[in-house]
Amino acid sequence: MGRREIKVRLNGTDRRLEVEDQVLLIELVRSLGLVGTKLSCDTEVCGACTVLLDGRPVSSCTTLAIEADGRTVETIEGLADGTRLHPLQQAFIDRFAFQCGYCTPGMIMAAKALLDERPDPDAAAVRHWMEGNLCRCTGYQTIVEAVLDAADPARRLP
Amino acid sequence: MTERHRVAGTSAPRVDGIAKVTGAARYAIDLSVPGMAHVIVVRSTRAHARIKRIERDAAAASPGVLRVITGDDLLAAGLTPYYGHVVADHPVVAIGKVRYHGEPVVLVVAESRREAAEAADLVEIEYEELPSVTDASEALAPGAPILHEERGARVGDEGMDGGEAGLAGNVCSFAQVEWGDVDEAFKRAPVVVEGEYRFPMLYGYAMEPYNALAFFDQGDLVVYSSAQHVYMVRRDLARMFGLTLARVRVIAPYVGGGYGTKSYTKVEGMAAMAAYFTGRPVKLDCSVEEAMLTTRSDSAFIRARSAFTRDGMLLARDFEIVMNSGAYTDNSPLVNQKAANRCFGPYKIPALRVRSTSTFTNTVPASSLRGFGAPQGNIAGELQMDEAALRLGIDAVELRLRNILGPGEELLPGKRGLDADLKEDLRSLASSLGWPGAGPGSVGLGVSASDAGAYPTSTAAVRIHSDGSVTLFTGSTELGQGSRTVLSQVAAEELGLTLENVAIVGGDTGVVTYERTTGASRTTTVTGRAVQEACKDARRRVRELAAQVFGVPVASVEDTVAGVRVNGQELGYGAVIERWFGVGGEVLGHGAVRKADGFARMPPFWEIGCSGVRLTVDRETGVVEIEKLATVGDVGFAINPALVHGQDAGASMMGLGAALHEELIYEGEQLVNSNVVDYRVPRFSDLPKDVDLILAERRDGAGPYGAKGSGEGASNTIGGAVASAIGRAIGVFPHQLPATPERVWRLMRSAEAATKHRG
Repeated sequence: MGRREIKVRLNGTDRRLEVEDQVLLIELVRSLGLVGTKLSCDTEVCGACTVLLDGRPVSSCTTLAIEADGRTVETIEGLADGTRLHPLQQAFIDRFAFQCGYCTPGMIMAAKALLDERPDPDAAAVRHWMEGNLCRCTGYQTIVEAVLDAADPARRLP
Repeated sequence: MTERHRVAGTSAPRVDGIAKVTGAARYAIDLSVPGMAHVIVVRSTRAHARIKRIERDAAAASPGVLRVITGDDLLAAGLTPYYGHVVADHPVVAIGKVRYHGEPVVLVVAESRREAAEAADLVEIEYEELPSVTDASEALAPGAPILHEERGARVGDEGMDGGEAGLAGNVCSFAQVEWGDVDEAFKRAPVVVEGEYRFPMLYGYAMEPYNALAFFDQGDLVVYSSAQHVYMVRRDLARMFGLTLARVRVIAPYVGGGYGTKSYTKVEGMAAMAAYFTGRPVKLDCSVEEAMLTTRSDSAFIRARSAFTRDGMLLARDFEIVMNSGAYTDNSPLVNQKAANRCFGPYKIPALRVRSTSTFTNTVPASSLRGFGAPQGNIAGELQMDEAALRLGIDAVELRLRNILGPGEELLPGKRGLDADLKEDLRSLASSLGWPGAGPGSVGLGVSASDAGAYPTSTAAVRIHSDGSVTLFTGSTELGQGSRTVLSQVAAEELGLTLENVAIVGGDTGVVTYERTTGASRTTTVTGRAVQEACKDARRRVRELAAQVFGVPVASVEDTVAGVRVNGQELGYGAVIERWFGVGGEVLGHGAVRKADGFARMPPFWEIGCSGVRLTVDRETGVVEIEKLATVGDVGFAINPALVHGQDAGASMMGLGAALHEELIYEGEQLVNSNVVDYRVPRFSDLPKDVDLILAERRDGAGPYGAKGSGEGASNTIGGAVASAIGRAIGVFPHQLPATPERVWRLMRSAEAATKHRG
């Protein structure tokens, strides 16, 4: 088993990390204490393990850690600015867009990638983009509302 | 007159909100402790076989391996390696024989998960195959292979165990509900509808797979797990290791979805055994595939007939249910009883006969899943109302209204009267859906009233601190339903505080007060009452302290919003506490509810299901598209309306999964779709364009401020509602769920063929 050093910009900090070739990205971030990224289906279907690799959403359960070499990785832990929540995080709270919360980190990261690429999506675009993220609790409607709220502060509840 | 509230009745933000949106929330699967080892489970590759020999030397010698554990080891150590809350027949790992493909047989414990997995591949198990049976009807036939030659010990828990005797063959449990002269009624009835109905095996897919972390601390067993019912798991573990309840501590931090699938013991016994034999903290994390081999829901085959007068009044109903309950008892006796109680619906029925048989088969053990028993029976009971309406030429909503029970009327003899107004609920549902429908959309709806299986033993404690803030202790587990928020609201309401001044601690048997379970939609109603009692007790203590401080009779001390009035002075709780102690201090209030007073009559509440859909069917492909989903949450009083909406939306979407897509499929002896690729759950694209979540608040529940439980009702009726709407669209009612495109397409073709034949 090979080991190598990779350079990753992880949640805004440059890190040099020594990893074994077969280690998955989810294993790497969780081993660093970033356990907000969740494992569920392990087959790239549920989206619970979604992180952003160079700004694009990927399933970290099926991405090798070495693929992150020289790239940026964002996890849920990097989203808030200190105690100031990201608009998506606040919108998820305001809209009750989670229950158990297990899918939420992946859900929010996928939504962030959408809003970074398309700041003003409509409901159909949100549904289409988020198709790769499963939630078993909410029935999805409140998540769509939260993402639309985050995109348009004027929509937000008083 | 309606009470006025400050905090109850508001959609207060979730108290776990920030933790869950920042990734800070810790689930059992996220936990680790120094020196932790890992266990991998070797599972059976046979459905029914005797274990002849287990070759484990190679595995034991593999790098990093600490111990390889078999069922014989558990027996040799003098442990009680069986669990189960009704019948203790479920071995921690197989002992002597295996009863389903995927059953745990050997535990391999190693320093790392990878080393354990590599060693697990080296374990060889030699089997002597036995004939197997995976179909429930075949399992009941004469000559079928018997799964349990000897029955496990009955646990004798009043709330769980009907004390059944004389069960033979593969009968796991038998339930019967009967009154009136059914045979005579059918003989005389002018109109009879009959049919056979099938409800699939389901997997709840809580997204956090089963996991546990176990260790011994000075001989006390400590287990962190994804369990819903920490106190039930504590009892099972205490029995396994011969420990007193005080020596077992079960902790469920945040739980990644439950829906009943995490009720009762799952993998905690395996993790604890591994810790026992290695002396190390041991972590067991299931993959989703392993979780699917751990628990599923009971599938059902139902023969039903219903007799009506010509003007649509029910004369009699007759149901025969066979449930496929898998290899072990687990919760199937309760599910079976509930299926029997819930299949016939909340109607006036002069003569009724229900017989329901829960059956052992060589398949994954079945246990609880949202609404247990109710969705299975509801499809038969409600579809027959629709089929009868068609035959009688009576509108299907009108037919239901003619037969439906009114508030206070008796659904089951000797039980609590109906604490809901189903007629009004049904009317608002029908109106939301635009019943009877126009244009291409076809409408279907259904009702149910489920006897909440919530034995009302519950306690709570509240500590008032010297600054007047409080900490609430509850044994109820936060599964996502929002119990920490709702119970905090109840405490804030009772003590006159803002939510910011209420902290809550839950899910740790070593710390919090006893709670029987977190299931059957009980928490708001039953635990909520215990919280109210704890707050009253704390207020009483504060009055006593105030009386002592001022040297006045207790009776002269009055409650204020958040403190007391004594000697003409108003003091907050904190001021009374500080004056009494001199410095610091606190007051502890304890609350308990039991099967007495408001909960003397079971069930503690009837959980109402009232939901429906408007849908279209693609006549070329059989694909069903849900255009509108509507639910009526008849919850008495919504302590947090947004959370009630969340329960109704989540439950009905889960129900739509079962109605249209979800089904565990056995081919031969093996479950062939034990992954989330082939077992398809609802996605964003399945969200109906229009969702209407209606609340009915009539303060008719036994919980705080007239509240009743929520969370299962909407899913109980949705399967039948979808089948009913499809039936109206294509002219023939599907009797089997899920209504997959292929099944719907075949129904359309057979209906066309029948029409041609007649033509």
